Amino acid sequence: MYADWPLLSLVIWTPILGGILVLFAGDKEPAGARKIALVVSIVTFLLTLPLYTQFNTETHLMQFVERQPWIDAFDIEYYLGIDGISMPLILLTSFTTVVVIISAWEVIQYRASQYLAAFLIMEGFMIGTFSALDSILFYIFFEAMLIPMFLIIGVWGGANRIYATLKFFLYTFIGSVLMLVALIYMYTQANSFAIFDFHHLKLSLNEQMLIFLAMLVAFAVKVPMWPVHTWLPDAHVEAPTGGSVILAAIMLKIGGYGFLRFSLPITPDASAELDWLIITMSLTAVVYIGFVALVQRDMKKLIAYSSIAHMGFVTLGFFIVFRIVNSGLGDQGAALALEGGMVQMVSHGFISGALFLCVGVMYDRMHSRQIADYGGVVNTMPVFAAFMVFFAMANAGLPGTSGFVGEFMVILASFKASFWIAFLAALTLILGAAYTLWMVKRVVFGDIANDNVAALKDINKREFLFLAMLALAVLALGLWPDPLVEVMHPTIENLLNHIANSKL
Amino acid sequence: MVSMEFVYLAIPLASLAGALIAGFFGKQIGRSGAHFVTISGVAVSFILSLLVLHDVAFEGAPIYNQSVYTWMISDGIRFEVGFLIDGLTALMMAVVTGVSLMVHIYTIGYMRDDDGYQRFFSYISLFTFSMLMLVMSNNFLQLFFGWEAVGLVSYLLIGFWFKRETAIYANLKAFLVNRVGDFGFLLGIAVLLMFTGSLDYYEVFARADTMVAATMQVIPGLDWSVITLACILLFIGAMGKSAQVPLHVWLPDSMEGPTPISALIHAATMVTAGIFMVARMSPLFELSTTALSVVIVIGATTAFFMGLVGIVQNDIKRVVAYSTLSQLGYMTVALGASAYSAAIFHLMTHAFFKALLFLAAGSVIIAMHHEQDIRKMGGLKKYMPITYWVSLIGSLALIGFPGSAGYFSKDAILIATKNADVWGAGYAYMAVLLGVFVTAFYSFRMFFLVFHGEERMDEHTRAHLHETPAVVTVPLILLAIPSAIIGWLTIETVLFSDFFDRAIIVFEEHGAMAAVAEAFQGPANFVLHGLAPGPTWLAALGVIGAWYIYLKNPQLSNRIKSKVEWLYRLLDNKYYFDRFNETVFAATARGVGQVLWRLGDALMIDGLIVNGSARLVGWFSGVVRHVQTGYLNHYAFAMISGLILLLGWVVLG
Repeated sequence: MYADWPLLSLVIWTPILGGILVLFAGDKEPAGARKIALVVSIVTFLLTLPLYTQFNTETHLMQFVERQPWIDAFDIEYYLGIDGISMPLILLTSFTTVVVIISAWEVIQYRASQYLAAFLIMEGFMIGTFSALDSILFYIFFEAMLIPMFLIIGVWGGANRIYATLKFFLYTFIGSVLMLVALIYMYTQANSFAIFDFHHLKLSLNEQMLIFLAMLVAFAVKVPMWPVHTWLPDAHVEAPTGGSVILAAIMLKIGGYGFLRFSLPITPDASAELDWLIITMSLTAVVYIGFVALVQRDMKKLIAYSSIAHMGFVTLGFFIVFRIVNSGLGDQGAALALEGGMVQMVSHGFISGALFLCVGVMYDRMHSRQIADYGGVVNTMPVFAAFMVFFAMANAGLPGTSGFVGEFMVILASFKASFWIAFLAALTLILGAAYTLWMVKRVVFGDIANDNVAALKDINKREFLFLAMLALAVLALGLWPDPLVEVMHPTIENLLNHIANSKL
Repeated sequence: MVSMEFVYLAIPLASLAGALIAGFFGKQIGRSGAHFVTISGVAVSFILSLLVLHDVAFEGAPIYNQSVYTWMISDGIRFEVGFLIDGLTALMMAVVTGVSLMVHIYTIGYMRDDDGYQRFFSYISLFTFSMLMLVMSNNFLQLFFGWEAVGLVSYLLIGFWFKRETAIYANLKAFLVNRVGDFGFLLGIAVLLMFTGSLDYYEVFARADTMVAATMQVIPGLDWSVITLACILLFIGAMGKSAQVPLHVWLPDSMEGPTPISALIHAATMVTAGIFMVARMSPLFELSTTALSVVIVIGATTAFFMGLVGIVQNDIKRVVAYSTLSQLGYMTVALGASAYSAAIFHLMTHAFFKALLFLAAGSVIIAMHHEQDIRKMGGLKKYMPITYWVSLIGSLALIGFPGSAGYFSKDAILIATKNADVWGAGYAYMAVLLGVFVTAFYSFRMFFLVFHGEERMDEHTRAHLHETPAVVTVPLILLAIPSAIIGWLTIETVLFSDFFDRAIIVFEEHGAMAAVAEAFQGPANFVLHGLAPGPTWLAALGVIGAWYIYLKNPQLSNRIKSKVEWLYRLLDNKYYFDRFNETVFAATARGVGQVLWRLGDALMIDGLIVNGSARLVGWFSGVVRHVQTGYLNHYAFAMISGLILLLGWVVLG
């Protein structure tokens, strides 16, 4: 029944139009605005489900394709479609948005309808980014998404929000301008903005290098990779809880997605040539950032640094493939690495989102994110503490949770490339546990540290609901990742075949 | 007739069900509800495990090796969850569920007044589930799952009394030290996957030959045999979980947890997971004598030197903890000697007598109102007769008194080590032989200080001293029986029959077990053999020494202490491992973190590059502002110059 529906357009425009509706509902009746926002987010989520259930796992070709001429003068098209790497990210987006809307319920009182509208509109832009197959359409969604996030941090953020928003905006903007230059250059060569025409565009090594580096800046800032990561801790610290959740769960993924959709297939030779750079940056993220996370005093900063370290596995998995293929020991491992990176993206979406929500729950009560202000939370909030310990364990990569799956796959695969790469990557087992559980020890366990902690009330039903939703997702993916991994196989296989062929 | 698949599945799930009900509905079902469901669950697991053991041992049930479900397929590699049931598994299942059941019952008494009653039952049942999944696995993925899951439960249980700073320090330490082991373990699994393309035990074993010839350059210019590398990495995992030097530091601290879990997790079952794992991997370890040498040397070092530390401990639980370390060392030595079955046999007997000793210590602790210092005890024999007698049985088993369970397993290890020929076996034999004396000495030092001699407790405590209730003493008695007789009953089946066929592989050239078999002529003969001059005499010497120094002539111990003060201090500080780790590893990690954060992130990246370029932009815009004069002719001039430059570039380029 869904076959003829323009499903992708529906899931892009439903939240955007819904968001505008919420905006009109206004702040006088925040209760109404909340209900509309919730309904819109749930409807959008339900609309994304057929993307999974109706997805054909036998083909690498784009599915649910919509293609219309849009700006004829420049051959720009309204061209949408999804495959095994974009579909899971779209579901992640629609799921997380529901969680965020629920989490904002009573917490946001100031301009509530605008806050909710910003998230809905952003949802549409993010889904658009994942499903755009025309590079200019991609670019527009990619940029447009920044605006609501900019407002969310700038209007509902903390004391130092102006510095954080500026840093966030400039970093990401500079990156994306370079990408635009690269896209326009490729248009002049291909006479098309369609991403697939870029995939098959013949490019010299020099051209590839320049294009690769231009896009690298754009995507590395988004991921973020060391050393262009310093905007993230600042942005997280100042962002309201919902902003942090979306930032960590979805926005960072667009960087990883960009590598798969653009860098690897468009510039395979440059990717192979410069894989050492990305691998070094990724391992630095795992090890260097792991140490930095250890000494953070602000919980949000700690989780932000932990995000950077975990995203290191994504880029490591994506770029280790060249070394695996060239190891002389057969190709097995390459697909494992790519799929591992993808699983890590989805899993990180759940876990980091959950951890930011946990901090939000405590912040709403104590108005502090400083670890030193806490201690013995478990005494007054036992149910919350159970969730917090669970998500912390997931963050530390405990088997049975989603946090284990991606890291496991990438570490296993990278061993084939080099013992030492696997060695450094596996250090996350120790570092990840150290920074996460040390925080848990100081915040959750121990005797009641002060009167504020003594006065804490355990989570209410609403808070229980959104934490339980994420806990179930983390557990389900950890106990049975196959339903997620299965949809990726043809796409990943096709990608590997594509990059194995030199463009030179 | 229910199919065996159903039985195998029911064994772990029965425990899991109990854990989930007690964990999520603890409030609704109350205290008695919680212990009822969890004990029922574990009892079902235990009875079914006995059934499986019976089938495997006596009915000749074929080896079962089946997948339960496919966790994931990626890159053509099947990641499965499945069971492998053979002699080794069946024995482990029976031991785990048996000890767990005793500990469950005992907990009713021990935790009676604790607020976290339901939570505790939920955790120990969850532990039983995890441990069962670990031992029943037929592949490395699930092994790692169970491995980390038991680590998680151990973390939760060491920190069970989360208000105590020492407890939450100990559980973090335990988790992190174990993670160091898991780090090696995971890399070991990666080696196996890389060279065999599979994570299934049997497939890996079948293709292990490819790793014998292969070499890898881990350090440039140095070729390492892949099989040796794989085995050593796996063994690092075992060192973490089974607390071998230098990754042993977490186990003594784990005594911060309630005593029942010290018995169940940190003595009888979880800490033996490493031993089990190496025995399970015998087809791999047999291929690398280098790895076996590493195993035997590490094990011997742990066995002897950790035993020595036990002599100077005054906390009743810590003495037993160091004894556990030492006994785990004995098992590891047996592994290194290729006497895997002897290691597993000692694992089994140790599980019973060490759980017994811990639970007996717990009984003493209850009676003493949570006093754990043995210097404040003494003469408890007349107040607690049952605890006294079971402790005596446990201690005799521990020191290898002829005929007791420990005698059979320890003597098998001694003979095997003597006949082992890997590099390091000579050192190992010396260590385990001297260890016999040390074990007897510290065991009976504690025994005499607790149960005999002067009553050193205060009046109030003395007035309230009495034997503990039946929920405590009945499990003690039930554990004392196997501690006394199980060696005699089972040695023939476990060590010298075809019980472990196909589960444990020993190459002919590694003849240690064959030598044991030669020396063995029935259990009665084996006991008589123990009366000849040898290890048993050393043990007797240890007991007499302890009696003379701590009972007969109590001032003597202080005189010795002051005579060899350096040695005392070395042992009292546990060879300074903790201080070394704290000052070197922990402090360095925090220091590196600070430096990278303050210098790397804040000063270099943000200070110089980000804010620096912001200032640069500010300066640049200041310059550019002068260019924007507002005069049309200036702009026209700029445009034309630009056009000329552009054209020139196109034409000439």
